[in-house]
Amino acid sequence: MTDEALKTTPLTDAHVALGGKMVPFGGYSMPVQYPEGILKEHLWTRENAGAFDVSHMGPSFLELARKSGDGEADHRAIAAIMERLVCGDIRGLKPGQLRYTLLLNEDGGVIDDLMVGRPLRPDRQGMLYVIVNAGTKDGDFALIERAAGDAARLIRADDRALIAVQGPKAAEVVGQILPEALDLGFMQFRRIDRDGAGLVASRSGYTGEDGFEILVPAAQAAAFWNRLLADERVKPIGLGARDSLRLEAGLPLYGHDLDETTSPAEASLAFAVSKRRLRDQDFPGAARVAAELGGEIARRRIGLRVLGGPPAREGAEIANAAGDVVGKVTSGGFGPSVGGPIAMGYVPPAYAEPGGKMKVIVRGKPGEAEVVAMPFVPHRYFRKAQA
Amino acid sequence: MRFTKDHEWVEVDGDIATVGITSYAAQQLGDVVFVDLPAAGKAVKAGEELAVVESVKAASDVYAPVSGEVVEANGEVAEAPETVNAMPEASGWFVKMKIADPAEVEALMDRPAYEAFLATL
Repeated sequence: MTDEALKTTPLTDAHVALGGKMVPFGGYSMPVQYPEGILKEHLWTRENAGAFDVSHMGPSFLELARKSGDGEADHRAIAAIMERLVCGDIRGLKPGQLRYTLLLNEDGGVIDDLMVGRPLRPDRQGMLYVIVNAGTKDGDFALIERAAGDAARLIRADDRALIAVQGPKAAEVVGQILPEALDLGFMQFRRIDRDGAGLVASRSGYTGEDGFEILVPAAQAAAFWNRLLADERVKPIGLGARDSLRLEAGLPLYGHDLDETTSPAEASLAFAVSKRRLRDQDFPGAARVAAELGGEIARRRIGLRVLGGPPAREGAEIANAAGDVVGKVTSGGFGPSVGGPIAMGYVPPAYAEPGGKMKVIVRGKPGEAEVVAMPFVPHRYFRKAQA
Repeated sequence: MRFTKDHEWVEVDGDIATVGITSYAAQQLGDVVFVDLPAAGKAVKAGEELAVVESVKAASDVYAPVSGEVVEANGEVAEAPETVNAMPEASGWFVKMKIADPAEVEALMDRPAYEAFLATL
């Protein structure tokens, strides 16, 4: 793909002005790092607050074509459409709640992982906020539109900017600009009107830290970004550190740790399969998913600490203590906060227990590794006390 | 000091060549977190893989700028990979090699030629 074919975001010029090293990612020209480099950006986010341009992702709204005006009935109607495609409980979402779920194929393989939210406001029911991955968004949107037929319409919002602010100081920073955002607990979202622009703020992210993801109209994006960066607690963070942060947080990356052959159970994402949906077996691939959750499973996603030696990256083979190859690394690298190499990969369930001694084969040489529970770095999400 | 288009440097003292990566290469790689060095005794031909340098993001090959036999690997960069970023063209060297053919060194770029080459990138 030539540079000319790469898409830009409303913040591309801002990244270039900041000295961002631009690389192709998911069809977009995106900053992989800024002049300080991945290591410093990563550690800054864990200690302060990082601002990330994630506008390459696919935010959208799925809205009923004809609403009844009964908020609960309208939510059920729109949820029923989405539930044809995903294994999560969309119907049971509370107003203002966001949920991580999976788009599945008929074999129970993961087409994408995504976020689905139910609006907070009573007058906005019958709509879902749906955020999918960059590299898969065109296919996902086509799938959702097909499921919706004439009953609902999909409104793409990927021409807007999606800005993530992550880290222990994210709430202080965002609270100064959008005080309403502080009402949100982890995995909640709301619309916020500011200076004539409608923003959508969610308390979510992909770093394991407290933080927000804020959907901003393109025209206001640069001003919002610059206002964030004017705060000395905030630095711009590129995709390189975004990747090392999410790896340490134990979060799978679609296209690497998840693909159409991996099922939710294999991917150790059983929490994303709704109990009600499992009982009713009313989602694509439900039979396979149910059997696997019952124990008939060929492989599982695990975390590995590499004990000395080079980082094991995507594609490296995983061997058991006897040296027999039993699996493969799907993403791995150096974990700056862990202070050593870490990896995720798939192995048969017999090898999935934490504490197990394994080997990772890097450039033909076996290195010692140990199966560890994920996340590698504890999550620090902001959970509101149940009312 | 002589340079390759792959951004290795070589400095010769008698028949021993010290080899490392250039400041430009170190800056492009970003934070080095691991260096995989060959054992003493390994024979390499010019252009063959000599070492691997790992940044947070990726692994990159380092090629032998000249042919010869590795006589020493730098334990300091193996222990403290950040030395490669701090002093790439000094204490961040990778290996010392006994060179097979001094003419191979002469064929490499001198500093003005390397800097002119960098200006074209």
